[in-house]
Amino acid sequence: MPETAIELVGVNKWYGTFHVLKDIDLIVGAGQKVVICGPSGSGKSTVVRCINRLEEHQKGTIRVDGIELTNDPKSVAAIRSEVGMVFQQFNLFPHLTVLENLTLGPMKARGYSKTEAEDRARHYLERVHIPDQALKRPGQLSGGQQQRVAIARSLCMEPKVLLFDEPTSALDPEMISEVLDVMVELADEGMTMVVVTHEMGFARKVADNMVFMDAGEIVEHGPPEEFFGAPRSERCQKFLSQILQH
Amino acid sequence: MKKLIVFSLPFLLLSGCSSSSTWGWYVIDPRTASGWTNVKFLISGMGDTILISVIAAVISIILGLLVALPGLSNRWPIRLINRVYVEFIRSIPLLPMLFWVFYGLPIVFQSMGMNIPIDPFWGAIITLAISDSAFTAEIYRAGIQSIPKGQSEAAQTIGLNYAQTMRYVILPQAIRRILPPLANQFIYIVKMSAFASVIGMQELTRRANELVVTEYRPLEIYTLLILEYLVLVLIISAGVRWLERRMGSDERS
Repeated sequence: MPETAIELVGVNKWYGTFHVLKDIDLIVGAGQKVVICGPSGSGKSTVVRCINRLEEHQKGTIRVDGIELTNDPKSVAAIRSEVGMVFQQFNLFPHLTVLENLTLGPMKARGYSKTEAEDRARHYLERVHIPDQALKRPGQLSGGQQQRVAIARSLCMEPKVLLFDEPTSALDPEMISEVLDVMVELADEGMTMVVVTHEMGFARKVADNMVFMDAGEIVEHGPPEEFFGAPRSERCQKFLSQILQH
Repeated sequence: MKKLIVFSLPFLLLSGCSSSSTWGWYVIDPRTASGWTNVKFLISGMGDTILISVIAAVISIILGLLVALPGLSNRWPIRLINRVYVEFIRSIPLLPMLFWVFYGLPIVFQSMGMNIPIDPFWGAIITLAISDSAFTAEIYRAGIQSIPKGQSEAAQTIGLNYAQTMRYVILPQAIRRILPPLANQFIYIVKMSAFASVIGMQELTRRANELVVTEYRPLEIYTLLILEYLVLVLIISAGVRWLERRMGSDERS
């Protein structure tokens, strides 16, 4: 087992009286790729959003790279600097160019000079295969290009962990593969990744560990061969048969 | 019938220039020496009207943002600060507030051991700015709330703090959207600055009042006064249109 990157122990969360996360335990080793799937409303996005404090958990502990996530703004800031996030809706800044989207974090949060930040931004744009779109605005790009810019924006902060919250769910079918290709490349380079997705082909290819969630709990988890080959729980079998049907 | 009224209107207005007893344009006829003096006297209030309005608007835009931000907090005691300010300030009519600031505030200062006199100029600015800031604050709040939550979430994940998120991500987008209502407020300030005349500020309306007292020609003088405000507001509107085009507020997103 490699060094632990992310550790969730007994994490619980409620929205009012609604119990969204029930005793979530999850360990992600450095360099590991974990894919979380499950029906909508199962809490899979919430797990990912708790890891970088976009949502607050009420019980249990979350540690990233040994730092415990608490209400202390310093701990939140320390964890966010290690964790990048890619959203379903891209969430690029529409009033800025692609290049400015990428340099904003490094310049304002890290204090890099403009040239340093731009060099880095161009490097990562190259990595996601869109070096020539730097001066366009997000609105002028296709969905697939926008999501790759969003991935590059996260990479510019040089995170140790990347979280993906349904990164291809808002994309037209023909653009899904260009985003998944970039994600596979990242995986091959050893990035630690937690990916919420329904792209099971991608999951089979890169996942070290599959997690199936339903109704706020982790119902089943294991390496993909076992997970896809012989799911134990009925709920997981049903879910897999539904999404793999077509 | 409608056409008749429309066509006869200019004649009705212009006929006064010659002989009619209802209109006496001579009082502000720039072709005569005394008329020209009167016109110059009326227009000389323009500078102060503009100065008061611009300074009040700038203060209101800053103050409004400072009031709006606590209104967006997750914690209710902080939101309460915003609510109390907005509800209280916007319920005070402008004229009583002007009196309170001009006549009352110096006494408050005195009782606190400070000797701060308030002249008509600053009395008008303080009143207009504070009164307007409650409305500006609501405009900001609506504008900021209209920016999708994902924007501030994305900003947080790339390490920006609250102030940086506001400054570089949220406000540039929000201001683009709220430019039209903010311009409305500016026009409103320009018009409300007329109240400054009652505390002795020598702006457009005060000049008109003074001339009416000596010339006994309220109809012509107040007509010109209205036209002066009209010209001011049209110039502001044109400026805002230009600004909107530059900032892209006129585009649909």
